Amino acid sequence: MFEIRIHSRGGQGGVTAARLIALAAFYDGKQATATPFYGAERRGAPIVAFVRICDTAIRTCCQVKEPDLVVVLDPTLLSTVNVLKGLAPGGTVLLNSPHPVALDGFRVVTADLTGIALVLDLVIAGSPLLDTSVLGGLAKIGVITLDSAKRAIAENFTDPRNVAAAEKAYAEVAA
Amino acid sequence: MHTIATGNRGVAEAVREAKPGVVAAYPITPQTEIVELIAQYVAQGTMQATYIPVESEHSAMAACIGASATGIRTFTATSSQGLLYMHEMLHWAAGARLPIVMANVNRAVAPPWNVWADHTDALSQRDTGWLQVYVATAQEAYDTMLMAFRIAEHEDVLLPVMVNLDGFILSHTMQPLETTPAGDFIPPLSLPHAIDIKDPAAYSPLTGPEYYFGFRWEIERSMRDARQVIREVEEAFAGKFGRRYGPVEEYRTEDAEVVIVAMGTLGREAQVAVDRLRQEGIPAGAVRLRWFRPFARPDLAGREVVVIDRDYSFGFGGVLAHSLRATTPCNPYSVIAGLGGQEVTYADIAQFVRQRKPGEEFWFGVESHGDV
Amino acid sequence: MAEIPKEEYILPTTSACAGCSSSLCLRYILKASGPDTVLVIPACCTSVIQGMYPRTAVNVPVYNIAFAAAAACASGMSAAFRALGKKTNVIVYAGDGGTVDIGLQSLSGAFERETDFLYLCYDNEAYGNTGMQRSGATPVGARTTTTPAGKAHSRKDIEQIVEAHRPPYLATACSAYPTDLFSKVKKALTLPGSTFIHILAPCPTGWKFPPGKTIEMGKLAVKTGMWVLYEREYGKLAISAPSKAAMATPLPLADYLSPQGRFKGITPDQVQELEREIAARRERLLREAA
Repeated sequence: MFEIRIHSRGGQGGVTAARLIALAAFYDGKQATATPFYGAERRGAPIVAFVRICDTAIRTCCQVKEPDLVVVLDPTLLSTVNVLKGLAPGGTVLLNSPHPVALDGFRVVTADLTGIALVLDLVIAGSPLLDTSVLGGLAKIGVITLDSAKRAIAENFTDPRNVAAAEKAYAEVAA
Repeated sequence: MHTIATGNRGVAEAVREAKPGVVAAYPITPQTEIVELIAQYVAQGTMQATYIPVESEHSAMAACIGASATGIRTFTATSSQGLLYMHEMLHWAAGARLPIVMANVNRAVAPPWNVWADHTDALSQRDTGWLQVYVATAQEAYDTMLMAFRIAEHEDVLLPVMVNLDGFILSHTMQPLETTPAGDFIPPLSLPHAIDIKDPAAYSPLTGPEYYFGFRWEIERSMRDARQVIREVEEAFAGKFGRRYGPVEEYRTEDAEVVIVAMGTLGREAQVAVDRLRQEGIPAGAVRLRWFRPFARPDLAGREVVVIDRDYSFGFGGVLAHSLRATTPCNPYSVIAGLGGQEVTYADIAQFVRQRKPGEEFWFGVESHGDV
Repeated sequence: MAEIPKEEYILPTTSACAGCSSSLCLRYILKASGPDTVLVIPACCTSVIQGMYPRTAVNVPVYNIAFAAAAACASGMSAAFRALGKKTNVIVYAGDGGTVDIGLQSLSGAFERETDFLYLCYDNEAYGNTGMQRSGATPVGARTTTTPAGKAHSRKDIEQIVEAHRPPYLATACSAYPTDLFSKVKKALTLPGSTFIHILAPCPTGWKFPPGKTIEMGKLAVKTGMWVLYEREYGKLAISAPSKAAMATPLPLADYLSPQGRFKGITPDQVQELEREIAARRERLLREAA
């Protein structure tokens, strides 16, 4: 079982991203679940969501405590939330950042998802949308395939810029 | 269609497939997605029902009762406070012998406000005459909804059915879901006592003690008959769709010396705990109780039992624990856990088994606990 | 005036009190609606009047439902009949308690949704079925078992509350004028959506007057202006003939109050308050009807 924890802020699309990642994994032929952790979220508040991907049925619904991969959609969370909690030494962090970031003892893959959203004008109510481009980054890392990512996105968004965002992230991320 | 979907969507998709004529509902967290989806299906024309956006849950159930009395298929969905607000009408629906189907997204009861998973809402309605089933996956929610209509409308039952799914943990988690056309799986509803203006009758009039008792007994007789109907409908479902559930779902129980019993998603989480415990050499098994009314009565004789209740009957104990004590020879270790959405992992459940003390009650996360 | 049908839908086996006006009303209502009708009845006197299982005195289907739930039940029933392609009349017949108090929320919801049904409130100005406790419709100064010294507050104006929902038809009626009631029910049932008739139903048991004076008491209510007969179709108000005459030359209020035991002990202030209510209503209705 491969477990992902996604850190974001309300309004950035972390929950949608979790659902799209699970759907893409499902299209890859895997079993997958997406579990948003619901608290009393407001716009801008830190939130987490979990994705599990497995070859066999997934019976657990609880929160992911020891993720195999952490996704951080907002780099400012690094200073307020322990995003590395439970991540095994050497584990991977996919971080939305325009600059390389070092996190001692972990493998950090950065992707300028905000930049991609701004270039493509994927902005709603002032928030750059990151929930589709992040799938491109995960595809590059090898968690899901790019084809399934594009299929999952296209089925949920009519605006073709969403698929374009994933493709752009896939092309830009060095994994 | 084969995709991943939330438990709520599993319910809504099944309701669309069951083709009710009237849906009357009031939104409440975490059930809201169900009524939003149904309203959307009706607006799109992919569902032919009349959707009545009532002003309260009491009215939701009253409207379902009025509609069902004409012989039309009806559905509603609610949760927590909404279910409590319906309480009077739940009794009415069952007493009036109307096969209304309802999805209840299990949520804690206030105060204090809490929107997360808890079974107290539904278990407080256990004596209303509704059949109650608890599901654990989006697929099971879909499948059970389809079966619920057929069971409720069966001539030997004619009682309402409540399909329960855990708030957020199941209602909002996306899981694989295969939806298939129901075809003729649910036969057209033929309500024997539907209102007929050519044969006028008084429905539920004032009834003296000499007759009232008989009507109550008829409810119980149908509850008993429902066991067989559930078996038949599950068999028919398995034959048509290839998925089988049963009154309880057993997991590695054949040689189990200690059995974990729970309802809803905790019952499935317990299966992961069983795998862990077996690796440690503890011969554990899990029984996920699906049908609470009529009570499934698992046979636990000769086994140690650890029961997890996501509910509590104050001054008495865990509802499931006591239900088992009353129906099968056992002296369970009664664990009260998961109230108000408290996180309970498979690791926690494995620990419940390791620390079990038959006959005692343990409140997970609470310092002081002891005998009841 | 349409001829009143000879068919009877209330059979002579009701368990109504002697001199009951609500069973009289129901007789004319069902003559107006005809047999393609379902009555939805919340807890009220008619729960008992219709007769006890296994007998019934009503020859149309009667759907009994919980106190607060009549309008909501009728909502579902009406939607179902329309979905089944049936034109069956869905008529709620509820007391004042089930209408102005405990059932007000579901009444409001059903009218807001423009449910296709007729809501009839037969108003005996107290909870009659439980032995005359106050309701929101009890007039100021009236003694009930829960206002033994006389009710301190004025009654709710349910007509204006319903009117605020802009129904296509809203009328008042009184058991003492059965042909007026008959034609108003007829008219209400021809109009689509939610229609409402508020019927004054004098109650000899609760109001404490002799059972033989039920009709007289209703007429006195109208003639003194305590009750005004009118109808409002798509907002347009028309005062009904008996009240037109009464409004021109009303009888003194004391003619209505003094024969009733419930008003023994009403204070002069409370009588004045009733008179003010009557005058204000009269002025408003005449202004709107002009």
